[in-house]
Amino acid sequence: MIAYIVRRILYAVPILIGVNLLTFILFFVINTPDDIARSQLGDRRVTTAAIDTWKRSHGYHKPMIYNENAQGLGKFTDTVFFNKSVRLFGFDFGRSDSGRDIGYDIGQRMWPSLAIAVPTLIVGILVNITFGLFIAFFRGTYIDFWGVVTCVILLSVSSLFYIIGGQYLLSKLFHLVPISGYDTGINAFKFLILPVVVGVVSGIGSGTRWYRTLFLEEIGKDYVRTARAKGLSEQVVLFRHVLRNALIPLLTGIVVVLPLLFMGSLIVESFFGVPGLGSYTIDGIQRQDFAIVRSMVFLGSVLYIVGLLLTDISYTVVDPRVRLQ
Amino acid sequence: MLVLFWTDVLIFLLVGMVVIFVLYARQREHLRAPWRAVTRSGVAMGSMVVLGFYITIGLLDSIHFRPALNPDEGNGQVEYAHEILSVFDWLVTPLRVRGEKTYSAPFAAYLYTKQTVELADGRQQRQFPRLKYGARHLSDPKTEKTADIVVTGVLGAVKGLVIWGMVCTVLIAGLGKWKHQSLRLVLEQMHAGQTAVRWRSMLYTLGVLMVLCFVAGDLSMKYHILGTDKVGENVFYQALKSIRTGLVIGTLTTLVMLPFAVLLGIMAGYFRGWIDDVIQYLYTTLSSIPGVLLIAAAVLILQVYLDNRADQFSSVAERADLRLLFLCLILGITSWTSLCRYLRGETLKLREVDYIQAATALGVRHFTIITRHILPNVMHIVLITVVLDFSALVLAEAVLSYVQIGVDPTMNSWGNMINSARLEMAREPIVWWSLLSAFIFMFSLVLAANLFSDALRDAFDPRLRQQR
Repeated sequence: MIAYIVRRILYAVPILIGVNLLTFILFFVINTPDDIARSQLGDRRVTTAAIDTWKRSHGYHKPMIYNENAQGLGKFTDTVFFNKSVRLFGFDFGRSDSGRDIGYDIGQRMWPSLAIAVPTLIVGILVNITFGLFIAFFRGTYIDFWGVVTCVILLSVSSLFYIIGGQYLLSKLFHLVPISGYDTGINAFKFLILPVVVGVVSGIGSGTRWYRTLFLEEIGKDYVRTARAKGLSEQVVLFRHVLRNALIPLLTGIVVVLPLLFMGSLIVESFFGVPGLGSYTIDGIQRQDFAIVRSMVFLGSVLYIVGLLLTDISYTVVDPRVRLQ
Repeated sequence: MLVLFWTDVLIFLLVGMVVIFVLYARQREHLRAPWRAVTRSGVAMGSMVVLGFYITIGLLDSIHFRPALNPDEGNGQVEYAHEILSVFDWLVTPLRVRGEKTYSAPFAAYLYTKQTVELADGRQQRQFPRLKYGARHLSDPKTEKTADIVVTGVLGAVKGLVIWGMVCTVLIAGLGKWKHQSLRLVLEQMHAGQTAVRWRSMLYTLGVLMVLCFVAGDLSMKYHILGTDKVGENVFYQALKSIRTGLVIGTLTTLVMLPFAVLLGIMAGYFRGWIDDVIQYLYTTLSSIPGVLLIAAAVLILQVYLDNRADQFSSVAERADLRLLFLCLILGITSWTSLCRYLRGETLKLREVDYIQAATALGVRHFTIITRHILPNVMHIVLITVVLDFSALVLAEAVLSYVQIGVDPTMNSWGNMINSARLEMAREPIVWWSLLSAFIFMFSLVLAANLFSDALRDAFDPRLRQQR
């Protein structure tokens, strides 16, 4: 088991290097640091001196990959590539183009993101499983048919409309919760309700349909027939046998998204004005702050890879038939 | 003078490919059988009519030209306008040119905001001015408007029904002649839904669409049926123009990524060994970057790139078009990995199958084995993925445009409509019509695409077929 995990982690290293190289090419080769400086300084007719000062103060003045003028190891470390990309491996995100410490910001903004993402995930799963089981229980009837139709209709609505609709109904019409904003501590609760409700509702369509297929696939299997042949009632068959076995693909599907919860949801956070990592990224995009976006891309990939690893491990935990080699 | 945008060229290339595929599939029984299953499904055929309606508008909107200025003065030299129009623009000229000053509600006769108006006796007064075009023909909108809307609407509906009836008659006559059956029998079978192709649901959908089209068309000549936006542009026109953007994103993205995904996926599965390792590494790396972030980064870079080279484009439309194309490319890069993975798995299975083993033993070249034996057998996966991805991409466009990493802000798209309308949510009375129009158009397209792709998947996926 441990050997397997170590091997998987080692396997992740080349992938992370690949991600790093890719973002480096994206950010520094397609647009030269001069282009970045020009867009940051706002005017296309800025003087070369101003560009040089900006590049120097943000560390873009060094050579790209290889520094001929430096000594020893400095030939490789005193470059843009080393300072901006390689350091990410140590989670040293450096400073954003506007001068703030990215690592500190991420640590601060992680919590609001989690406060929204975790309840959304848990409530969402419970709601979807309930609906999925309900529809699977009534399979082949009108309830099944119209349930699936409703799911298709729900998943054809853009997530933007769920947010706008939720804000309009709950906040503007009924004045139940604030439209947007965030607060620390226990006061945050009332700000969290709306994003969580919207997140859960917008996921019902695709989630319920997916769980229904999972359950129906299990229901067709032999052990279910055996259970029925023993004379068990439909409820016992569904809850004790089908649900438990369907949990295996279900759980592993959930584990892969767990690490990404840190990243928050870009759209929801910026719509509701929550100071999480999602809105942090969006701010970075809109201010054209390359350092922030690059850090977030790297962080996202690391978390995704961690998620994949956790999925593989969770397979063995839930299903003893799976052997890792 | 014809103007060719990059996306136009690619769209017509795609249309050509579809036509070739249809001609190819007609010859082959194993391809025709699943399609027959699709045509037997009423829901799928109804959705197909809706999709056809959207595609027609999108295609008309993809033929661009520069209109000639003052053709009568013709002294040999024809001047062309700077503005680039499409055939669709030209067809709906009244919608395009009749702009108001600013917001106005659907079917309104007055502007949304008060303005200072000079009265006949020279005094100035703040009031809601009459619209320049909306309900202009009425002398007293308060009393006459409702009756006028109803009369015009009913007349439009009747026109639509008459034309629909003509289409039905022609279709029934044609079918009767082709199958050598009496018209009565054809009509009865069609009404009972017993035909091999579900004409009934197609014709009903067509009827609804026709009535809606004619009602909307007739009313649009007198009113702004979905209101006007901040600069007074007709919202109905914007929503119609957005169709092309949605379709381009939904189709060209897959067109762009398809060659990579198919080639690499099959190569990885077929050759295995180090080729497999390299390709797997490639797509694992790409897919481990969360899609939205990669798109965000790429669009951000593209924006800086285009901004720094703004003078290289002859028009705003050209730049917007290039940005749309790049957006498709980027979306394609982020979405080819899953298809590639599927194809690799399927090819791994296929290469152990008897007929391919036999072909290898007979010394058939790799290239021939891949094109003759493997490619046709994975085509159904490609088809299903393409159709399933379509609706997700249309939805993604709106979200991306909202975060301002989508299409160019000057381009008509549902995302941009939602984005601009959202800023006015706090107004009282609320400006809701842009949101509603974007919702209706997007929802009907995505719903039709979803229903159609479900039917297609059921017909083509052998695993699902066995379960029934």
